[in-house]
Amino acid sequence: MKRFTLFFISYIIWILLVLPLDLQTLILGFFVALIVALLFGKEFVENYKRLWHIDRLFWFLVYIPVFTYYLILANLDVMYRVLHPDLPINPGIVKVKTKLKSRSGRSVLCNSITLTPGTLSVDIEGEYIYIHWLNVKSDDVDLASKGIVEKFEKYLMKVFG
Amino acid sequence: MNNIIGYIIIGIGVLFNLFGCIGLLRMPDVYCRLQAATKCVTLGICFVLIGVVVIVGFNPLGVKALICMVFILVTSPTGAHALARGAHKSGVKLWKKSVCDKYKDKESK
Amino acid sequence: MIVEMLLFVVLLICCFLCLYRIARGPTVPDRVVAIDILGIVVVGFTALIAVETGKDFYMNIAIAWALISFLGTIALAKHLEGKSFDE
Repeated sequence: MKRFTLFFISYIIWILLVLPLDLQTLILGFFVALIVALLFGKEFVENYKRLWHIDRLFWFLVYIPVFTYYLILANLDVMYRVLHPDLPINPGIVKVKTKLKSRSGRSVLCNSITLTPGTLSVDIEGEYIYIHWLNVKSDDVDLASKGIVEKFEKYLMKVFG
Repeated sequence: MNNIIGYIIIGIGVLFNLFGCIGLLRMPDVYCRLQAATKCVTLGICFVLIGVVVIVGFNPLGVKALICMVFILVTSPTGAHALARGAHKSGVKLWKKSVCDKYKDKESK
Repeated sequence: MIVEMLLFVVLLICCFLCLYRIARGPTVPDRVVAIDILGIVVVGFTALIAVETGKDFYMNIAIAWALISFLGTIALAKHLEGKSFDE
């Protein structure tokens, strides 16, 4: 079942990549996806059954506009700091705590943190993430978690929780 | 009509790219440069590819542009994260006016 | 026509800013960051050429370039960290 999930996903990506479809590429893609599934099936995500849950996919679709909003906000913020003649930055590395358990959830959270206002994830260790912050407001663990992590966590808990 | 809207979107994206590269020049240390450059260039390229989709519509070229956008959105922050970690482990110091460095505290323990 | 030339010129300025950082950058990680950014800017170039000519194999080049530039960045980051590539 795990291999079938991987086969399905790689076959769909193949079809999108070769789009003017004909029979030859469809058959070739079938074998390529089969080889990929047999070789790398073991190293696929551990909770593969969650990929078939409709409600998790729905919450992921809800997450996308929220993420886009923060992404554009982040860029306007960085643009202001870059163009300001005095360079108003106040950098430092802080430590935050996350409640997410699954590994794929944590990696999505880290990627989101990297693309949002003034933060860049440096390392992850257990349930703590080290974050380089362009404008440090507090170096306390709880306060920093409240500012950075919580706005994504409540959606990602529903997707990966 | 589609052409005009598409070129406006591409223009916004290219401007974001330019600001990201100026950030690469002006920021004082590796981590700040990484922040400014990664964010602005990723969003800039996303805007360029969305503009391509608006101009050409949903033919094979447009679908490939959308797939390329998803790849960039996944790979670019991962690369930035790996680079920040590698820079810190290879011993690059933070800027001299930095406030705190919890990561170094952990490593020296 | 003029609009397209303008877009290409602005992207070219971006490339030269990255090259300046590669030439000047005081430490090795600075240069690696600039190489990463240069790789992503080239994807934008290729997308613009694809619109100009209307041929879709330029987009294949853009996808391949994005993925290979990512691999190169990861390899250089691992090297900076002092590990071999398979760890």
